Amino acid sequence: MQFGIFTVGDVTTDPTTGVTPTEHERIKAAVAIATKAEEVGLDVFAHGEHHNPPFHPSSPTTLLGYVAAKTERILLSTATTLITTNDPVKIAEDYSVLQHLADGRVDLMLGRGNTGPVYPWFGRDIRDGISLAVENYALLRRLWREPVVDWEGKFRTPLQGFTLAPQPLDGVPPFVWHGSIRSPQIAEQAAFYGDGFFHNHIFWPQTHTRQMVELYRRRWEHYGHGPANTAIVGLGGQFFMRRNSQDAVREFRPYFDVAPVYGHGPSLEEFMAQTPLTVGSPQQVLERTLGFREVVGDYQRQLFLIDHAGLPLKTVLEQLDLFGEILPELRKGFAKDRPAEVPDAPTHASLVAAAEAERTVSTALPTAVDDVTGRSPYQAVEAGAKL
Amino acid sequence: MTDTVVVLTAGVGTPSSSQLLGEQLAKATQRVLAAAGKPVELVSIELRTLASDLAHQLTTHVPSPALTQVYGAVGRAVGVIVVTPVFNASYSGLFKLFFDLMDEGVMAARPVLLAATGGTARHSLVIDTAMLPLFHYLKAAIAPVGVFAATGDWGDQAGQLKARIESAARAFGQLVAERPGVTVEDEFAVGIDFENLLHGA
Repeated sequence: MQFGIFTVGDVTTDPTTGVTPTEHERIKAAVAIATKAEEVGLDVFAHGEHHNPPFHPSSPTTLLGYVAAKTERILLSTATTLITTNDPVKIAEDYSVLQHLADGRVDLMLGRGNTGPVYPWFGRDIRDGISLAVENYALLRRLWREPVVDWEGKFRTPLQGFTLAPQPLDGVPPFVWHGSIRSPQIAEQAAFYGDGFFHNHIFWPQTHTRQMVELYRRRWEHYGHGPANTAIVGLGGQFFMRRNSQDAVREFRPYFDVAPVYGHGPSLEEFMAQTPLTVGSPQQVLERTLGFREVVGDYQRQLFLIDHAGLPLKTVLEQLDLFGEILPELRKGFAKDRPAEVPDAPTHASLVAAAEAERTVSTALPTAVDDVTGRSPYQAVEAGAKL
Repeated sequence: MTDTVVVLTAGVGTPSSSQLLGEQLAKATQRVLAAAGKPVELVSIELRTLASDLAHQLTTHVPSPALTQVYGAVGRAVGVIVVTPVFNASYSGLFKLFFDLMDEGVMAARPVLLAATGGTARHSLVIDTAMLPLFHYLKAAIAPVGVFAATGDWGDQAGQLKARIESAARAFGQLVAERPGVTVEDEFAVGIDFENLLHGA
């Protein structure tokens, strides 16, 4: 089980002081938060991608490349990489370079982006969101897996004789998660390829999260990647901790009340009841988080959003200290009664090992399929063949 | 499971004349359908009680459990009776908000009976000028007879309102009997053919 944090990179005024950090301060804060996350023992740091204020992270691989140099162990990911408005060729290139620089400590989470006005800036239309995600990802997979790609599609200039440079590290592409709040097509896409599925979880009642994850698990099994409980699931979450739960509520409420997205809406108490947000003591956060297993089954990755809504860097770093304190208990709790067949989230090392095993097997058994790398019998389908 | 007819009223008072009209239309519809051998259960939804949930969903996109349940009930109904008070020459904002936040396609081909209440008969065209375009846009199967009830209608000795309610219920009941609304498919229950997505994208 991996634990980590994800940030959307919003530049928001601190409502308690009226101070707005500069973009420069927020970008530097992201680095400070990432290095601190490694220091307290977290496994994953994921950064968002946005192309409009009040968000700063328009170039996630630049930021993550710098973080890679400042860290040694933590896995770098995204939340999310826009598969709709980015050129899949550029995604393949950028994340290939990042993967080399970070010695494989990279995976990525693909999302569509829900900001309508952004699409036309990149020559796209939000109404094509699903189609773009499907076509672009099908191409991205080929770019990372085939030495020479000839390709033609609806949304992009055709490719003839394209070879990706650099090739993925050790010939193994980064693991991919597909993030979606409520589009069943994306859960289907993740299941089809045997990729991971991430549910943002934080703005949404748990019943909806459960529906999406159940669909993904069921279809994972349907597509022959293994039993439903071996699918690779990630969840978002949100907390604010203080030793004393009343202090946590008192300190967080002014941020909550005017926060982007859910501010000026339901009360903190209502939102806590309806969504996974936990504002309270470390013990409360620990217990609530362990309860997520009841919603989606044993899963692989838990990320928390902890640095938004204008919370100052100092407070965020304190949150990370408290997160670090409950981390051993979280690990212990999630390990308890976890069935042996439930896998960990793939890492570069595990994917390299799986690819090597597959190479060995495939010489003897040409139809071998590897669930973990996603090298599925559907490669022919992606290439345009009918099953 | 017994078929259901949902009665959706946007009145804000208690008691509310919209709610009262909805109830009478529902009872009359139930009698019409029972006589045709198609018994239905009535599910009454007062939007007044969901006002803050609707406002929160509008701004935060988080649907409350109560709203999720109500939208589910509409999506399973064989027919829907909608009643709004007239506010400034149209349906109320609360009434519109409920349909603005509804998933696309839920009202499509679903029989709907349009009704409204207002202070005077001068508002009676609101069904034609405001409600009809909305439900036409939603592709609902609109019953041919709507009912507008002004304050004066409720004390009417000649029983004209009652007659109009009966007439609307007959037309609506016939529509429901012939072309009942079908349950909205649970998009999470069935798998999608990804091959189609890949090639038809």
